[in-house]
Amino acid sequence: MEAEALKFFVACVTAAGFGIAIAAFGCGIGQGLGLKAAVEGIARNPESSGKVTVTMLIGLAMIESLCIYALVVALILIYASPMATTVTDLLTK
Amino acid sequence: MEHPYLFFVKLFEMIGLGHFAHEYPHVVYSWVVMALLMIAGAVASKNITMVPAKMQNLFEVMISGIEEFMVENTGEEGRWLLPLAATVFIYVFVGNLIGLVPGFFPPTASINTTLSCALVVVVFTHIIGIKYHGVKYIKHFLGPVWWMSPLIFMIEIIGHLARILSLTFRLFGNMMGHEIVLAILFALAGAFFAPLPIMALGIFVSFVQAFVFFLLSIIYFTGAMEHAH
Repeated sequence: MEAEALKFFVACVTAAGFGIAIAAFGCGIGQGLGLKAAVEGIARNPESSGKVTVTMLIGLAMIESLCIYALVVALILIYASPMATTVTDLLTK
Repeated sequence: MEHPYLFFVKLFEMIGLGHFAHEYPHVVYSWVVMALLMIAGAVASKNITMVPAKMQNLFEVMISGIEEFMVENTGEEGRWLLPLAATVFIYVFVGNLIGLVPGFFPPTASINTTLSCALVVVVFTHIIGIKYHGVKYIKHFLGPVWWMSPLIFMIEIIGHLARILSLTFRLFGNMMGHEIVLAILFALAGAFFAPLPIMALGIFVSFVQAFVFFLLSIIYFTGAMEHAH
């Protein structure tokens, strides 16, 4: 029973690691594209830099939130997986 | 994750409510934020003069800034939403910021606080819709053509539930992630002031997340007030 729980926990933690890495990869590309368009807009029309910056920040926060959802799932996998109590008992004995 | 040292939790321990304070630090610290904001508001509005002094000036700048931004986005008919929207913004912003003081825990780093704020905003959206449109508010959910209505109704309901989830998890994830990074860096290299750059980023993230919560709230309010497609 404990061996199974430990294997499940190791699988959960591996999945969490890969999950957040892939999410950060996608988020980086998305935010980079948004940032590219914002900088091009400012280069084209320096007077609009205030509005463009505010819109860009709002867009970046929206895209970031998708990565945060993946982070929350990773945290659930590490700290609140179904075998969490069994594994913490094992590790503290 | 071990329990960090929290000032107000120790204070509650001294008056005998230690068990409550250890179980629910986010409740204790949301009381701290409420007390802070009420005291600041009382001090600012004590002697209101036409030429404002220091505290009144600060509050006037903040509130008029929020009001102008809001009216820009919702139009004149949305001006009566200012008290709720500004309260949400200032509460979430101060709640995020006190996490940067050592020994304090940000109440918004708990999913209970953020879920409560998100529920208030989304339920108020529906109240606005019913108040402005009556029974015809249901047309907002039915889509442009009548023969796709059942499918679009399902999608709109799921979309509204997703609004609650996204508001909750965006704020919770940002604040909890920040706290976890601070705890890990503190454990790894605390003597070398390693958490400091993360705290500087934390000021920026606190403001941006409070602003995004506020902006999404007023966008949802505007969407409920305007006519259906």
